[in-house]
Amino acid sequence: MSERPAMISFTVNGEKRAVEAPGMKRLLDVLREDLHLTGTKEGCGEGECGSCSVRMNGELVNSCLVPVLQAEGAEIETVEGLGRAEGLHPIQKAFLECGGAQCGICTPGMLMATAQLLAVNPHPTIGEIREGLAGNLCRCTGFKRIFDSVAAAVCDMDGTAKTGGAHAG
Amino acid sequence: MRGNCEAHELIAPGSLAGVLELLAGAPGEWTSIAGGTEIMVAHAAGRMREKKLVSLWGLDELRFIENSGDSIAIGAGTTFRDLRAHAGVAKGAPLLAKAATWIGSIANQSRATIGGNLVNGSPAADSSPALLVYEAEVELISVLGKRRIAYSEFHTGYKRNAMAANELMFAVHIPLRFAEHKQYLRKVGTRRAMAISKVALAGTALMEAGVVSEIRLAAASLAPFPARLYATEAALFGRTLSEAAIREARETLMEEAKPIDDIRSTADYRRQVAANLLGEFLHELLPVEARP
Repeated sequence: MSERPAMISFTVNGEKRAVEAPGMKRLLDVLREDLHLTGTKEGCGEGECGSCSVRMNGELVNSCLVPVLQAEGAEIETVEGLGRAEGLHPIQKAFLECGGAQCGICTPGMLMATAQLLAVNPHPTIGEIREGLAGNLCRCTGFKRIFDSVAAAVCDMDGTAKTGGAHAG
Repeated sequence: MRGNCEAHELIAPGSLAGVLELLAGAPGEWTSIAGGTEIMVAHAAGRMREKKLVSLWGLDELRFIENSGDSIAIGAGTTFRDLRAHAGVAKGAPLLAKAATWIGSIANQSRATIGGNLVNGSPAADSSPALLVYEAEVELISVLGKRRIAYSEFHTGYKRNAMAANELMFAVHIPLRFAEHKQYLRKVGTRRAMAISKVALAGTALMEAGVVSEIRLAAASLAPFPARLYATEAALFGRTLSEAAIREARETLMEEAKPIDDIRSTADYRRQVAANLLGEFLHELLPVEARP
């Protein structure tokens, strides 16, 4: 049995997009295969690792667990919308400078989880940083440098070099 | 084997009435999907048999939290993020607010709904023990109307419930009469976060001059579905709380619990940990000078 594809429209990184896809196709696959936005990665494919994290209507979601039909009309933000090589977002800059990325598979998800965290809580404690990123697994860095990166991004986005701010570790 | 998205139909009628009519027209044929945190995982693993799915995501009629003064009504489509962020839930049903912080990651909490958690019916469901000790009711809806039943009567067996094929869960109602009660909820998993329970225990109790005048206890992962621990409650009700009474209650719980060995834990371990959790709660009920 093959279900007829549906036309599904949503906004990705501020641009209106329409795709023809089976309703149960994963948002992850639509982003990567139909829209060629390959910044979003697949890790486990079952909502455990967070590699495929994107923002949907201002909330963090695992795009591997979103059937694309449920993204109809949604505002989607992927890592491609965060910054560009010539104009990195402060979160990306902080990950670069603090060694928050190694192999890179988890990085887009880490960046999006950080963007979500700082959107709702611009001054997180270290505990809140750990909780905000708890659904994103990294097998390279041991997490400390990732938490350091988030703390550095907080300071940068604040525009003040705080000394008593968040410290990881 | 990975699931094939083309082998499943997913439709979104866009209104609660539209979904209910669909269910009424072909009872048992459609499976509802809310945030997909359970169904999409089964789909990814290639073990989803349901061919026809109807989406509940985005239905505003199912996503609400309302305080009526003597109870809080929570729409079945309310996410755990919504529950965490709601001051009325934190105040009126703190155990549920606590459980909402345990349910997977932030990304899971953004999508997982309270209705999905209950209808899915995992014996380890995180929101269940809290709802049981608050004596919550669930409201079911179909084209024929709404009906309310005690949540303690909702689960009827492993992954079975009291909903008819044409029904959806509409809301969960939590009475607000437990403000004066001592309240307890603890989950034990493999890790402190991001892990399914090996066992979880919840309790609400009222003490009067050292006597247990009211007590409700419930657990996850001690039976085929989350359930009240009526025998253990009975062993404590009306008694003056003491070390001896706590010891006897622990023994009753060990007998009442019917856990299993599975991939996450063993029956013996679950029974022992549940008894320890009960002991922890009951010691909190002792007057300060009587605590060990």
